[in-house]
Amino acid sequence: MITGFITFFTIFAVVGAILYGRKLIKTEKTDAVFGNPERAKGGMHWVVVGSSFLLLSWLYYSWDIAKSFYPKSANELCQVAKVNESLLSLKYLFPIVERQHKSTAIIKRENINIEDKIILIQNDPNLKDQDKKIFVNILRDTKLMIPSLTDERYLEDDIKNIINELTIRLNLLTENFPKNSYPNLTEEEENEINEGLKKQLGWGATGMEVPPLPESKRGLKFHAAAAELNSISDEFFEMRNHNPEYLRQSEAIFGEIKEYMDGLGDGLELDYIKDIKKLVRRIEYASIFPPRTLDELENAIRAFDKVQNNEQGNLRTIDIILFPAGTIVASGPQCSEAGPGRWLPKPSDTFRIFGEMLKPSVGYKMIPMLWYEMMGVNRIVGFILPDWIADIMPGKYPVHNQDGTVDPNFKSRMLDIVTGEFEAFKIPVPTGHIWDSFLRVFLGLSLGIIFGVPLGLFMGLNRFAKGFFDPMVELYRPVPPLAWAPLIITVFGIDNVGKVFLLFMVSFSIMIISARAGASGTQLSKIHAAHSLGASRWQIIREVIFPNSLPEILTGIRVAVGMCWGTLVAAEFLAGTTGIGFVENVARKYMQYEVIWITIFVMGMLGLLFDLTIRKIIDKTIPWRGKG
Amino acid sequence: MSNLVSQKVNMIFKSLKGETVHALKDISFTLKKGELLTVLGPSGCGKTTLLNIAAGFLRPTSGSINLGGKEINGPGVERGMVFQQGALFEWLTVNENVNFGLRMKKEDPIKTAKKVEEWLDIVGLKGFGNTPTYQLSGGMQQRVALARCLINDPDLILMDEPLGALDALTREKMQSLVLKIWKETGKTIILITHSVEEALLLGERVYVMAPRPGRIHKEYNLPFASRGLKEDLREIKNDKEFVSKREEILTMIWDMEEEIMGKEI
Repeated sequence: MITGFITFFTIFAVVGAILYGRKLIKTEKTDAVFGNPERAKGGMHWVVVGSSFLLLSWLYYSWDIAKSFYPKSANELCQVAKVNESLLSLKYLFPIVERQHKSTAIIKRENINIEDKIILIQNDPNLKDQDKKIFVNILRDTKLMIPSLTDERYLEDDIKNIINELTIRLNLLTENFPKNSYPNLTEEEENEINEGLKKQLGWGATGMEVPPLPESKRGLKFHAAAAELNSISDEFFEMRNHNPEYLRQSEAIFGEIKEYMDGLGDGLELDYIKDIKKLVRRIEYASIFPPRTLDELENAIRAFDKVQNNEQGNLRTIDIILFPAGTIVASGPQCSEAGPGRWLPKPSDTFRIFGEMLKPSVGYKMIPMLWYEMMGVNRIVGFILPDWIADIMPGKYPVHNQDGTVDPNFKSRMLDIVTGEFEAFKIPVPTGHIWDSFLRVFLGLSLGIIFGVPLGLFMGLNRFAKGFFDPMVELYRPVPPLAWAPLIITVFGIDNVGKVFLLFMVSFSIMIISARAGASGTQLSKIHAAHSLGASRWQIIREVIFPNSLPEILTGIRVAVGMCWGTLVAAEFLAGTTGIGFVENVARKYMQYEVIWITIFVMGMLGLLFDLTIRKIIDKTIPWRGKG
Repeated sequence: MSNLVSQKVNMIFKSLKGETVHALKDISFTLKKGELLTVLGPSGCGKTTLLNIAAGFLRPTSGSINLGGKEINGPGVERGMVFQQGALFEWLTVNENVNFGLRMKKEDPIKTAKKVEEWLDIVGLKGFGNTPTYQLSGGMQQRVALARCLINDPDLILMDEPLGALDALTREKMQSLVLKIWKETGKTIILITHSVEEALLLGERVYVMAPRPGRIHKEYNLPFASRGLKEDLREIKNDKEFVSKREEILTMIWDMEEEIMGKEI
């Protein structure tokens, strides 16, 4: 419903914006000269076209448009797929799917195989002549055995009857299938389907790609036909054209093989005879029939195929137009999406699941995406204050009394405070996957800035510092951050410490380099001016070099944020129990494509948010940039 | 008496390849308090090197420069410096730039603010106090640089082509301003320029320097600066005496250039 509305709306938007854009091109004055950069300015209407185009592509290729306008189509296509699946093995016997009859193809292939093998045997210098003779004889006999399968005279009446019976059943199905009364289900069968339908979820609902039980009259027809076809197909393939003449010849051949193999040790001869035995077995199990025997059956299948294609009606059009580059396929009783619709989740499903995941009570893996929890101030105090504060207090920790109690003293009360063991009011603190990822980036980046900027400035101003720290920084910096991840995670653990340290390493080197570039790029005349105005060294660093390096530092921060964000998600992929990268990794394991796309979207939005914030800060703090 | 005395200053630069450049050779002069000296010369004659040594940014290879009997060793507040351009702190406003020196000395902000206002008035930037410097024109920026230097009350003002990057009209206005300030404050000023006209107009004394090695080629004592305090600068420029002096010096400099570059057709 909403999807349908959005589809129409976006189509209108695209058409409207394109018309407006064309009108504008004719009237815009700057458009008179090609190459004028002014021509690229403005163009919000093209943004509308671009984003609408994106949205339409998503709706279309995820088959959400099909779902919105023909909600039953997937279920019906599933029933059709069931019919196709049950027909498939029968169709393979005839030149319907393949170019040749299956019997023809097998005979052709095995004849070639036999000839090849004979040549191989005769040319093998390691075989004794005596063995060669035996092998060639068996192969010749095998070749002579094939006519016993293809000669109409040997065909048994039993087999003829079965084929006839199956053909009649197929023809009956073909006759009944278009009728309105088809299928004639018993009450019991009907109840069974109805019971199943009550429990059946909709298309795209969690854990259910395509509902398999027929939900419409048309679907029921195909569902029933598929069952009948399955039974026909099973019966056909149970049947073997093993007439007495074939059995006589094949028993003789197997006898020869067995006789030869008796008491034969490992070696070249055993390999050969095993190969030959395999060849004979292949012919035994292949469904080889005389050339005209299956003609009636073939015609019956073709006739049914035609009828079922007709019966699909507009479903075929929907399949072609609204299910681009894929369709619904059946595998036994289950149906699934095949093609882009499988990995490109429907917007409607995605937003529904996103809304579900945003609920703090649901979240993902029992952890909310972004929520708050009440935390006692005592825990925060205990975390911030180091425990040794209590240790350096005067006095001694209390010793227990004879009556088994402990009297607290000043020192022990102090210990309670610094370890957070006291009653305090609670305040809300953020929690959840998104918050965890954000906090890691924030902490890693902040540490990198706090340590990297002073060191970078120092390195830009001092020969010793540059020489001393350069080898260290240049050795670890070119290594891709993720290459450090296994080591860092082993040393610092899979939780926050390891990841924050990894991000610190990433941002640290970037901040050093940008601060250094900023410091060494300071114009000498500015330093000279500051000197002759009486500024001390420290004042020059604080008042001249630092502000002068700010543009470089802030650009460095912008780069570092991007790098940290990328590294973090990959690090969360590697190990961890929370974070947006962790969510994606788990979703990947369970093939929850919607969740994967949601995490991708969240990451994109957060990355954009980081970048916008820093751009805002840059605009506010260094308006003089590029104007000095 | 805070005279500037230069005694046999030599400056020899060594390049990494081992070539030596004799930038200054035996520069000796005495500049009395309150004098305005302009230094003129073809490029590469060591004008800026001399100024940097006087400012204390470079140590001479031999010889020494004394100001008021004290040897110059490193930069100091008593020697203010005005640069060609780009030496303003563009992240600060006009006020903050001008009071930079006083802030570094941690002087009383209220007194400082008053002083800043006075100086902005003198250089003609009244009401521009809170403007960011990057929004000012080139001429205004040099006015800020002048005020920033003068507010520290230095004994000696060193100007390194301060008007070099300005357009002709602004330049003329700024020349009057320099003369006005020189008269009102009575500071000792060394001004380096590559414009002969400017050197003649502003210089009470003019040194024409010659390159390779850098040395004082010729010294003039001129009346134009004192006249410029009373008369219109443009009238002086058309003065016969002025024109002949200008042509004399120009010929001198052209000859030096030819000596270096080879005569052109």
